[in-house]
Amino acid sequence: MDFTFEEQQVAFRDAVRKFLMVEAAPEMLREIWETESGRSRDLRAKLADQGITALSVPEEFGGIGLGDLDWVLINQELGYYAIPDSLSDTAYLAAWLLTRLPSDISLKKAWLPRIANGTARIALGHPVNPFVADAQLADLLLLWHNDEVHAVQRDQVKLSFNPSIEMSRRLYKVEWTPSDATRVAPARIGRDLWEGVLNRAALAVSAQQLGLAQRMLDLGIDHSAQRKQFGKPIGSFQAVKHQLADVAVKIEFAKPVVFRAAQALATNRPRAAVHVSHAKLAACEAAWLSARRSMQVHGAMGYTWEADLQMFMKRAWALDAAWGDRAFHKTRVAKFIFAEGSELGPGDTFN
Amino acid sequence: MRLEYTDRQQRFRQEVRDWLEQHVPKQPLRSFDTEEGFADHRAWEGKLAGGRWSAVTWPKEVGGRGCDLIEWLIFEEEYWRAGAPLRVNQNGIFLLAPTLMEYGTEEQKQRFLPRMATGEDIWAQGWSEPGAGSDMAAIRCKAVRDGDHYVISGQKTWSTRAVWADWLFGLFRTDPESVRHHGLTFILLPLNLPGITIRPVQQLNGQTGFAEIFFDEVRVPVHNRLADEGAGWQVAMATAGFERGLMLRSPGRFQQTAKSLVELYLRHQAHADADPSVRDAVMQSWMGAEAYALATYRTASRMAKGAQIGAEASTNKIFWSELDLLMHETAMRILGARAELMPHAPDAGDIGNWLDGFLFAQAGPIYAGTNEIQRNIIAERMLGLPRS
Repeated sequence: MDFTFEEQQVAFRDAVRKFLMVEAAPEMLREIWETESGRSRDLRAKLADQGITALSVPEEFGGIGLGDLDWVLINQELGYYAIPDSLSDTAYLAAWLLTRLPSDISLKKAWLPRIANGTARIALGHPVNPFVADAQLADLLLLWHNDEVHAVQRDQVKLSFNPSIEMSRRLYKVEWTPSDATRVAPARIGRDLWEGVLNRAALAVSAQQLGLAQRMLDLGIDHSAQRKQFGKPIGSFQAVKHQLADVAVKIEFAKPVVFRAAQALATNRPRAAVHVSHAKLAACEAAWLSARRSMQVHGAMGYTWEADLQMFMKRAWALDAAWGDRAFHKTRVAKFIFAEGSELGPGDTFN
Repeated sequence: MRLEYTDRQQRFRQEVRDWLEQHVPKQPLRSFDTEEGFADHRAWEGKLAGGRWSAVTWPKEVGGRGCDLIEWLIFEEEYWRAGAPLRVNQNGIFLLAPTLMEYGTEEQKQRFLPRMATGEDIWAQGWSEPGAGSDMAAIRCKAVRDGDHYVISGQKTWSTRAVWADWLFGLFRTDPESVRHHGLTFILLPLNLPGITIRPVQQLNGQTGFAEIFFDEVRVPVHNRLADEGAGWQVAMATAGFERGLMLRSPGRFQQTAKSLVELYLRHQAHADADPSVRDAVMQSWMGAEAYALATYRTASRMAKGAQIGAEASTNKIFWSELDLLMHETAMRILGARAELMPHAPDAGDIGNWLDGFLFAQAGPIYAGTNEIQRNIIAERMLGLPRS
């Protein structure tokens, strides 16, 4: 029993954190908003240089061959810096899915090395999401059809853009026609694969929400330590302190739930899906509370376009329903808790 | 990260489970806030000690098993799972003992720990005074040095277990010129000394779980002092530190309650679902208990690797006390019109002891440092916000 990350994992996370601190300042995010694609080639290339895009790609295809636990740490950082890029869709989820496709070696050879070196973008279409993120820029789309997996080229789909309040989201409705030529896994195999993708995607969102929650808390702390009223920093008033302390509590108790879900996926535990849904609920609650409380301590500034809070707050709001809304995840947890014979008590936590 | 128990840990769990299955009383003990119940619970502490289970984390020499924190968690899980009695000596074993081990002399450890382990000495705590509640540094109860004795005069209040306990540990002002947290000293004293008057205070449930204590020139030998004269505040903070955060309320307790709540809900589902928010509250309760267990395992793992736990301990206190309220409020809502009944009411049916737990849960956000004080600690020491 050891509920800590390996030193190596933490060291990699720290390196990514240092890099993003310099390369992903809020001003840069605003600049990227103004571009049509909403994405920066330059940033993606730099992220690839850090080794992030290669994380999940097996070594034989030019990657590092790491997994869920490494990603849970990296996704927290991607959330903390609100990186305007669906990086983990390609580098975590698509890499995971492609690696596990039955036998289609040419597809793996074609795409996995490109994922690793940061030159491919792959979008994922799953029925739990009405839209496909970043479909416009995708070199390849991996799409669900009756539990089958289909690999579809960008020019084989029709896209309609749905603008989001979150300026760096790029959501598309995708119309396409499945065929034998696009099918890369039959339903009997695809079912488990899509379940694996869904769980990892929900875990990735959970970790990003933890990062976002922490960032909004930090912004709230900074603001309330600097802003003075009645001759004192407002952060010295208990009413303000307690608003932010509540957020710290929420984050503190969401983290281990998210980490446990990552470990459960990495070790293929029977309850992994329940743990992921619990993680998603806990992390989204923490992020929404952090948004609300940080907004409150920011006062009127929090309601402006100018304050940086908006870029984290809107992301936190948007991600709440990404890869399963609360109803979806609560249903999965309820199914477990209220099923006959479920082991729910002390000592059952790690069953 | 490895979230599986080792073979050794699994064998330990089995050993605990087997022992508890044989020894846990079939009938629940009477409340330890009654005289007879206190005696029942003291006898149970003795039985636990007989199996060397009363203080598993202590060194073997003083009655423990030298367990690490993970084994302690396993023990606690089994303890609550088995429905074993509440620990009448928890203030001694979980709060005073770790402090004694850190600050006590060898003589003091030998003198106090083995008798604490067996339940021969049950400990009460003496922190609060009429004018010193959340503001503990306002303590006035004085201990004046007279040769090799301290002469104690003043008053303590809300002293848990003091009505029938044998010993008291607490903070006293040894330097009459001092203010705030200076000049305080940590002293241990038997409650049967001449000059001590104990006045039981009736609690919300009608029983006398705590008491006021009046000291009228009570003479306590100087060798009952823990650590240096004037160092009491630091010693008390250690008592209130990670042990309070981690050991006072182990996750097994809340997980058992959450499990019972799920079962209660399922038994009454037809009625309960008429208010759709009940089902959600049941789920939140279970997820909360699970999160508390996970957070504790994470803390224990980090401490095993040498991490120090500071202000994060305050997040624990807030989390478990609010969780306990949520669970018991939810149970009351499920029980509906029968929730108010005393357990011995003729038509009480299966209401169990939810009412009692509900009453006790009201105290959670207040004792061991109010949740408002905890939020101040989190804001100032964890988040770095300016002091008021």
